[in-house]
Amino acid sequence: MEGPYSQHAIMPNINTPKKKKTRSNATAETMASGQRDISVSEFFAKNRHLLGFDNPRKAMLTAIKEAVDNALDACEEAGILPHIYVRVLQISESRFKLTIRDNGPGIVREQIENIFGKLLYGSKFHRLKMSRGQQGIGISAAGMYGLMTTGKPLVIITKTGKKKVAHEVVLKMDTSKNRPTVISDKEHPDDNAIFAEGHGTQVTIELEGKYQKGRQSIDEYLEQTAIANPHARVTYVTPTNETIEFPRAIEELPEEPKEIKPHPKGIELGTLIQMIERTDQRQLGGFLAKDFCRVGATKAREICKGAGMTGQTWIKTVGHAEAEKLYDSIQKTRIIAPNTDCLVPIGSKALLAGLLKEVKAEFFAASTRPPNVYRGNPFQIEVAIGYGGGLGRDDSAKVLRFANRVPLLYSQSSCCSFKAVAETSWKNYGLTQPRNSIPSGPLVVMVHMVSVWVPFTSESKEAIADYDEIRKEMKLALQECGRKLGTYLRRRKRMARESERRSVFERYIGEISRCCNSLIGTDPDKLYKALIQQAKRRTDEADSKLDDEGQVLADNGRLGNDDDVIIVGELQDIPDQEDTLFGKSTKKKKQKTTKKKKTTRKRGTK
Amino acid sequence: MAKKKTTKKTSKKIAAKTGSKKTPRVVDKKRDAATIKKIETLTTSIVKNSLAQKEPTFEIPTRSVTNMKYNKKKRILEMGTNTQTRSLFNLGQSRKFMQSLLLAKGCRDLIQAEKTLSLRGMYYMGLHTIPGTKEKTFNDQGESDGILEDLEVSLDGLREELHVFAKKRGTMVGNITVVDNGDEINCRKMGSGGYAIPSICEPNVMQFKKCDAEFILHVEKDTVWSRFNEDRFWEKHNCILTEGSGQPPRGVRRMLHRMHKELGLPVYCLLDCDPWGHYIYSVIKQGSINLAFESERMAIPDAKFMGIRSKDYERLDLSDDVKIELNDRDITRAKQIAAYPWFEGKREWQREIKTMLNNGFKMEVESLITKDISYVTEEYVPQRLKEGDFLD
Repeated sequence: MEGPYSQHAIMPNINTPKKKKTRSNATAETMASGQRDISVSEFFAKNRHLLGFDNPRKAMLTAIKEAVDNALDACEEAGILPHIYVRVLQISESRFKLTIRDNGPGIVREQIENIFGKLLYGSKFHRLKMSRGQQGIGISAAGMYGLMTTGKPLVIITKTGKKKVAHEVVLKMDTSKNRPTVISDKEHPDDNAIFAEGHGTQVTIELEGKYQKGRQSIDEYLEQTAIANPHARVTYVTPTNETIEFPRAIEELPEEPKEIKPHPKGIELGTLIQMIERTDQRQLGGFLAKDFCRVGATKAREICKGAGMTGQTWIKTVGHAEAEKLYDSIQKTRIIAPNTDCLVPIGSKALLAGLLKEVKAEFFAASTRPPNVYRGNPFQIEVAIGYGGGLGRDDSAKVLRFANRVPLLYSQSSCCSFKAVAETSWKNYGLTQPRNSIPSGPLVVMVHMVSVWVPFTSESKEAIADYDEIRKEMKLALQECGRKLGTYLRRRKRMARESERRSVFERYIGEISRCCNSLIGTDPDKLYKALIQQAKRRTDEADSKLDDEGQVLADNGRLGNDDDVIIVGELQDIPDQEDTLFGKSTKKKKQKTTKKKKTTRKRGTK
Repeated sequence: MAKKKTTKKTSKKIAAKTGSKKTPRVVDKKRDAATIKKIETLTTSIVKNSLAQKEPTFEIPTRSVTNMKYNKKKRILEMGTNTQTRSLFNLGQSRKFMQSLLLAKGCRDLIQAEKTLSLRGMYYMGLHTIPGTKEKTFNDQGESDGILEDLEVSLDGLREELHVFAKKRGTMVGNITVVDNGDEINCRKMGSGGYAIPSICEPNVMQFKKCDAEFILHVEKDTVWSRFNEDRFWEKHNCILTEGSGQPPRGVRRMLHRMHKELGLPVYCLLDCDPWGHYIYSVIKQGSINLAFESERMAIPDAKFMGIRSKDYERLDLSDDVKIELNDRDITRAKQIAAYPWFEGKREWQREIKTMLNNGFKMEVESLITKDISYVTEEYVPQRLKEGDFLD
């Protein structure tokens, strides 16, 4: 095509006749007639896979997930210990009726249509605050999916207080207008049966779905939700009409996260321009100081100066060119990282409580990293692991991923957490790990990221984007847990070795006492007892000598040669030494743990 | 290796029972009582420690190259003073500790019953399954043999004193009459088989009666010995012909030692030209590393090495077919032997080993058969004797 005449020679010959024959020559006017607004709802109706409604099974899970996330958010914001009720009712082969009920604060009548019937409507998008939902797409999208597949509208019952009236609203979404249509609106009569606490919201969606247990199922989602939300009680009625209770493990609500303003370094040029357009401030200095975090008068002046403006520059005069200068100046200016008190991690204690409740392991460890910042957004990583016990020995480890307490079930391999687990070198901690893969063995790894803005790879919120800062923090937390596990495993090995040693000694002591008796008439029982006593002392001595961090561990009377028993005994007997096993913050929890474990074990061994 | 005692004892008993013989039992009883006392002392110290919650242990003199000294004056190997502690509460020693006590008990029972047993017998004596387990006290005879040797040195009592003997090995023929447990044996009339040297050759069992021989020729193995016997070598040269089936057992060595000391007969060795032949010579001459504590009773520092010499290949113009290539192990072993203190200062031996290494091959005594069937008895040995051509 680079020849001097090739283009000229070919183009006229082929293109000209085509144009004439096959093209309907549209004019600007005819084209204009086909051009119109595309409503957000319409766009998503066509692209529902973007929201996680790709197939019937996943759609059902997404619907429940969105409803439960909203319910938990509402309860926590209102300071109520959540009790979520989920019911999946199978109506026909491929049709299900989902009911999700919470004991939250309820919704005032006027907002019902907006919340449930409008995409991109919500309280969460415009603020920087840690919450499960982010964009305000979820529940309305679920309603829309239901409507599209079954034609059935959403039914919402809500009550805001004991003395208030319960409303029952039936909603249909008008996709072309991104606006809900109210089909019926009445007071609900027997509200006490539904809302025992006098307030709450219940959503019923009918949709086309598929119910299947196993990986990425509703059951798994709720189980993991229970792990990450130990303060929540979840009641789940399965399509087969079984009721599964996920009890509450702790009786305190997590602290309420604070809302923060955006950090200058965390925004992009477009966002900056938007913020300039929307601000209430009239001067540039005020805008920078008031609308951002970590910017005071001095810092604002510095930024303005860097952009060739002053704090007194009128906002109105800041156009695109100025905004660009301002943006560059922000990048060059040193600004301290955003404050991180806006983050509320689950906390090692609660994390372990949650994990313990749902995972049958023998060893648990958790680690919470100090907060860090990616792209101006504060975030924090928590990791917990469970090892051994009833977990599968031969499979590869199970990675449970969470973002702001929400379990992530899809797109595992593209998720930052999964990559972090695979990149961590677990061999150092006594596990086997295939190359470039997650470790194998009876291991559950839970990775939780909390942030005011979790960077998902897509709108369906399935995987955390791979930022270096985030992955690094995850790996550090994983390593912390790994080290604890390594210590435990080495210790366990040593204990096994010790008990083997003892049994060897014990085996020979009988022979020796008999020989001595025969040779010089020593009382065999007396000698036997003396030697056994010595054998015990010696193996115990060796046992308590050190752990691998050089700390002396208290003696613990091991109960037998059975691994499980030893471990339970160990947990019981060294309550002051927990750090080595569970991390410092978990003291109380651990004791609880032990008791529970003990009972189950006993049952098991009997 | 020790064979002497057993034979003696068993025979004695039988003798006693049948009433056909008088036995020097008084000596035995004294010695037996002393041995029992030693065993009991050892046990008492173990029990005492155990009851006091101290670690039960006993000491075993180390039987290794590191704990062995070459006494230049006496020209024999002697055991050093190093000991190793065997302890019950050491995972690697626990089982051996138990086995030692079992065998100590076994020996005590043997002595009390006034009987003797072979090494294999001792293995069975201590063998049983530990109650409540599937573990046997001994996995094979090798285990119990090792423990018995430990016991010997730690009790400072010979195997004979423990009433244990080894399998007999070694043959003798020649111009001598001996009394073995009361039976007169004329070694001149032993036919083609020869007289089997007993495992125990102590003076109370074995006495020398009439000896006209002038020297002793010790050959490495049975096959060569048969050649000499068939050719009536001992008659022609007026000597005693012995054989130790490779590394000579304790009985053979004790016999050689006694004949050398008591009858004043020089000892000549006809062994293979390889590191193992050299080591056999070394054991006869200085004593073995493992039984260094018995050297005094066994070693013959004046024993001479007659052949086969590495230079014989050229000297006798042997054919290439007799060459056996040295393998890596042979080479390593030859270098080790050359470095032994008792070989170190001997220029001729150094030259001998060096020549063998340079040759790169070893030769067996039988290689002389390529010259003539009886070359070794008719030419080789007489010539060496005539020339006095020996290595010392």
